Amino acid sequence: MSLKSKLHNLKLKYKDKKMAPAFNALHTFLYLPNEITHSGSHVRAADDLKRTMNTVIMALVPCLIFGMFNAGYQHYLALGEIDEAANGFFSAAFWSLDNLVIGLWKVLPLVVVSYGVGLAVEFLFAVIKGHEVEEGYLVTGMLVPLIVPVDTPLWMLAVAVIFGVVIGKEVFGGTGMNILNPALTIRAFLFFAYPTWMSGDKVWVHGAVERANEIAGGAQLDAISGETILGGLAQGKNILGSGDATYSIMDAFYGFIPGSVGETSALLILLGASFLIFTKIGSWRIMVSAVLGTLLMGLIFNGVTSAGWIAESSKFYALMNLEFWKHLIVGGIAFGIVFMATDPVTASQTNKGKWIYGFLIGFISILIRVFNPAYPEGVFLAILLMNVFAPTIDHYVVQGNVKKRMKRLKLKTA
Amino acid sequence: MAEVTEEKVVTKVKEPKEPLFSKKNKKLLSDPLTDNNPITIQVLGICSALAITAQLKPSIVMAISVIFVLGIGNVVISLMRNIIPSKIRIIVQLVVVAALVIVVDQVLKAFAYTLSKELSVFIGLIITNCIIMGRFEAFALGNGPWKSFLDGIGNAAGYGVLLIIVAFFRELLGSGTLFGYKVLGDPIEKTYLYSIGYENNGFMVLAPMALITVGIIIWIQRSKNKALIEDH
Repeated sequence: MSLKSKLHNLKLKYKDKKMAPAFNALHTFLYLPNEITHSGSHVRAADDLKRTMNTVIMALVPCLIFGMFNAGYQHYLALGEIDEAANGFFSAAFWSLDNLVIGLWKVLPLVVVSYGVGLAVEFLFAVIKGHEVEEGYLVTGMLVPLIVPVDTPLWMLAVAVIFGVVIGKEVFGGTGMNILNPALTIRAFLFFAYPTWMSGDKVWVHGAVERANEIAGGAQLDAISGETILGGLAQGKNILGSGDATYSIMDAFYGFIPGSVGETSALLILLGASFLIFTKIGSWRIMVSAVLGTLLMGLIFNGVTSAGWIAESSKFYALMNLEFWKHLIVGGIAFGIVFMATDPVTASQTNKGKWIYGFLIGFISILIRVFNPAYPEGVFLAILLMNVFAPTIDHYVVQGNVKKRMKRLKLKTA
Repeated sequence: MAEVTEEKVVTKVKEPKEPLFSKKNKKLLSDPLTDNNPITIQVLGICSALAITAQLKPSIVMAISVIFVLGIGNVVISLMRNIIPSKIRIIVQLVVVAALVIVVDQVLKAFAYTLSKELSVFIGLIITNCIIMGRFEAFALGNGPWKSFLDGIGNAAGYGVLLIIVAFFRELLGSGTLFGYKVLGDPIEKTYLYSIGYENNGFMVLAPMALITVGIIIWIQRSKNKALIEDH
């Protein structure tokens, strides 16, 4: 008997039992359901929820693999065991087996915990409420390990995932009903609950925390400084650029920089973005308008500094003075715009609304980034804020359209 | 034909005196603790529930203060209910609460100075606690002093119980302490739970988590008693 028919029999056996949703989920996840529709007219489309989710996951895979290599690369680079820094995207110093081993060792547990705990919560809710298990967690479970630092303790991640899935999604009625992006809810929870593990210069490179503890205990080691580019810039360091800066522009573009697991490589995010736009899963309107918003805010700040309205000693000066386009390649803004802002559930639904929604995400991200050094990564806050406002934007867009058409009607009949 | 007229005899039947703790009166006391809780069902008094529940001690002081103010305030308003002109009743109510709150404030300052500093402005803000004005308006203005007293105590206790539940979880998970005692070990010296990598949840100390905790309690209560779920 094949697995498919076995699963089918299991499903029949547990029909109308409490555990039915769990078996149904397994069955439909692995195979096309064998039920046929019985009544009414139906439109059959290939892009069901599962396929949509899988497309996003495919777009995320390059970022995940790169993140694994990068975790190892940053670790060995910080220890000084890599003689020559990676030069060019296909540099052998980066794509080495040693790097991958560290990456697998650190990143795979994050993925396993994220999926394991998240799906367990989904199953639990499906069994209690007696509905089908929803596929909504497939993408969230992939996003979560990509937006946390490598050294995040697994139990923290588990607690955050439970919180994010229950409070961010299930209380609103499950997949498709949530107001906030669950992955970002998880990130926000981690950030506010355990700030020492989510920000600063110790968490972005694997091993930095233990190393700092050993040094504090009296060991003779070099401290690892693994701050992100944004953190360095906020302190006015010459960390990004040409010459004797720590990282070159190309490093930041390729992603050879410390940061959350999957968000460092602007190049691969661009690849994911074009894949999402090509398959029409991600909204290009949101992506384009968010980039525009980012650039505009960056330009405004550049204008302020070049007009001399702000003193060079001001603590905002360094980030304000960052060339406007560099904002796109440092920090998580590119990742946020491509994979989080375009979440079809929490984004605006109307086309005009998408332009406004995306634009404000870019705009507010840079605003937070520059003016609040305590939250150098303002992207997740900006997206969560706009998630809350998305229905309002849609409402006014729709009302505006209604008014316009009423006017036209009056003109015609008058 | 003889007319028969019946004389109507109006007799004033004196109602039997209700015992002090009749079933009805007991309900006044117990209802707000469960199915008519001012916070979880009427959703009143949320502001102070968010503000002072980061720790157990201030929450308990707050609960006692509100029980005192609402218990006595309800009796005072109930005694004056027939002589208060309805146009200025809000002002009269405010004067009564304000007087009582000042008493609480002074007592705290005299006997528990550090606590009163901790609670700072929130003792003064009991005046604006929606539960108090709500009970004055909805109950004390239309009922006798004894019933008003029970209603006041009941509602304030319902508020207090919730405050203490929320504060228990927020202090335990947010600071790892209860009443200031380090029940989970020392976070700096890494003893007990902290030695295996546990860390305090900083989010619990922030106000949003108080709201979410109250929300979870509302969720649990309504899923236990489906009659409480409002239909839309």
